[in-house]
Amino acid sequence: MTSSLVTKTPVIEIKDLQAKYGNLTILDGISVDIHPGEITVILGGSGCGKTTLLKNMLRLYEPTAGSVKFWGEETLGMSENEFYEVLKKTGMLFQNGALLNSISVYENISIPLEMHTSLSQDVIDRIIRVKLNLVGLGNAIYKLPSELSGGMKKRASLARALALDPEILFCDEPSAGLDPVTSEALDNLILNLKHQLKMTIVIVTHELASIHRIADKIIFLDGGKMLFNGTLDEARGARIPQIDHFFEVGKF
Amino acid sequence: MSISINNNVLTLEGEFTKESVPALEAELSKLNKSASTAGISMIDLGGIHRIDSAGVSFLDGIHQRLGEKAGILLFKGARADVQAVIDTFSTINLPVIEAQREMGFFEKLGDDTIKAYQAIVEGLTLASEIMYYSAVGILSRKGQRKGSTIQQAALLGSQALPIVALLSFIIGFILSLQSGVQLKNFGAGVFLADLLAITMVREMGPLITSIIVAGRSGSAIASEIATMQVTEELDALRMMALHPIRFVVVPKFHAITFVMPLLVMFSILVAELGGAMIAVLMLDTSVETFVSRSIEILSLKDIIISFGKSIWFAWVIVVIGSYYGFQVKGGAEGVGKATTAAVVSSIFAVILFDAVFSLLYL
Repeated sequence: MTSSLVTKTPVIEIKDLQAKYGNLTILDGISVDIHPGEITVILGGSGCGKTTLLKNMLRLYEPTAGSVKFWGEETLGMSENEFYEVLKKTGMLFQNGALLNSISVYENISIPLEMHTSLSQDVIDRIIRVKLNLVGLGNAIYKLPSELSGGMKKRASLARALALDPEILFCDEPSAGLDPVTSEALDNLILNLKHQLKMTIVIVTHELASIHRIADKIIFLDGGKMLFNGTLDEARGARIPQIDHFFEVGKF
Repeated sequence: MSISINNNVLTLEGEFTKESVPALEAELSKLNKSASTAGISMIDLGGIHRIDSAGVSFLDGIHQRLGEKAGILLFKGARADVQAVIDTFSTINLPVIEAQREMGFFEKLGDDTIKAYQAIVEGLTLASEIMYYSAVGILSRKGQRKGSTIQQAALLGSQALPIVALLSFIIGFILSLQSGVQLKNFGAGVFLADLLAITMVREMGPLITSIIVAGRSGSAIASEIATMQVTEELDALRMMALHPIRFVVVPKFHAITFVMPLLVMFSILVAELGGAMIAVLMLDTSVETFVSRSIEILSLKDIIISFGKSIWFAWVIVVIGSYYGFQVKGGAEGVGKATTAAVVSSIFAVILFDAVFSLLYL
């Protein structure tokens, strides 16, 4: 955690990232640096490639061209095992939770802890309870994913993403489908992770309220191209019609 | 990183992360054995320069274990950034939630019995509903889409022809081959025709066809209805004032009642073809003899049993498929489970009923 903090070099450097699906270009020439200890929000309308960008930088989809560096190391050419070492230092909250359905919430969170550490059962137990408590699901510990609502699944998934204390946390639409109160609690948790633990957080979202609360930097995508990359205030001042429209329509 | 005890002060130094905690745990248990940890009244956290949630959990473990012995326990001087992590991940004041108690053997037995009873009641209720609406559905097509029965008949029936043909031919062929060898030893090769006709018409024809249909169509029915249940399509139908059973199940019921006897007939004919091949090539029976003996041996009763069985099995398959479809719980995963359960139970039920039929109408 400390090494990446002291030096302010970016934790993730993306250069000219391109993704194609058949002949369809979904991402075109994306270049972004993501800095440590910051909350970077990727936003844009539906279908503009937000989730695709996230999945391409994590090699869940293989990009067609470009370069992605984590902590200065090029990941696109890495072998599977080398890349797993990178992934162990990251966590991801998926859009619909993506909990393993056949096992309880407790076991879902214990999987990364059991597989990647040699901690004792008592410590693992405590970690699971505290992580679930952080996301406000302390009571759901022995439930099966099928017994949880959509929002609860999402929060359980966040607890699983946090199991190994990742240095970078990726969230795919964390507040979509949540009620405003839960959504705010989740935002506060994310802010807390940033302030207390200096975690680097990358969030895909289009909830304006949440963007205003948490974003340090925003990346605005439109039609697979990056229109803007900078702080929220800069975005307002940039006078880019699509961005102005996005913020205008989202007001209430 | 290290743990040491001086003047009842437990001093912790170094990194307390998920990588180092296992080693620290080992060290602590060693300390526990050699030195006295009972008198410790203070834990010095000043030397910790990095900590994560595993480290905090470890500290909390020490805290609770020592705190119970010593009564009062003080923490001293963690660095601000370390303290922030400790505050975030502290497990001291978390409520402990008890896991649900596992049921005992007899409890489970009783529970399962009640569940089985309920399942039978629900299954029979569903069966009677399907029967009722299917009977009503013959006279009035209300609540069914036009052409859905014919579409289902094609799906459940004609598309099953190739696989039924292939398997029936192979089974007819093998049955004849095995029994042909034995019959030939006694010079009774000509009786192969009788044997195969009776076996296929009374037993194997309906049985093989039903097993294939259970695997092919029983699973399709279960997964279709289960998917509709999971994706709220059945609720949508209800909200359009359409009865799900009438809209979804009745066309399948009519279709399968109609096509199953035809499939069975087809299966018997193809199997006879396989048998005839053996009779002609291996046992020197003429085709005419084979055909005439096959027809002569069969009584009307055999044919009625064959048809009766095939229709009954068809109904069993539809009812079981729909039952598991409607009972589905818990999303996409439930659909898979429902489908598997439907296939297994309908094959089981078909074989069971076949045995019952054979005993009743020998």
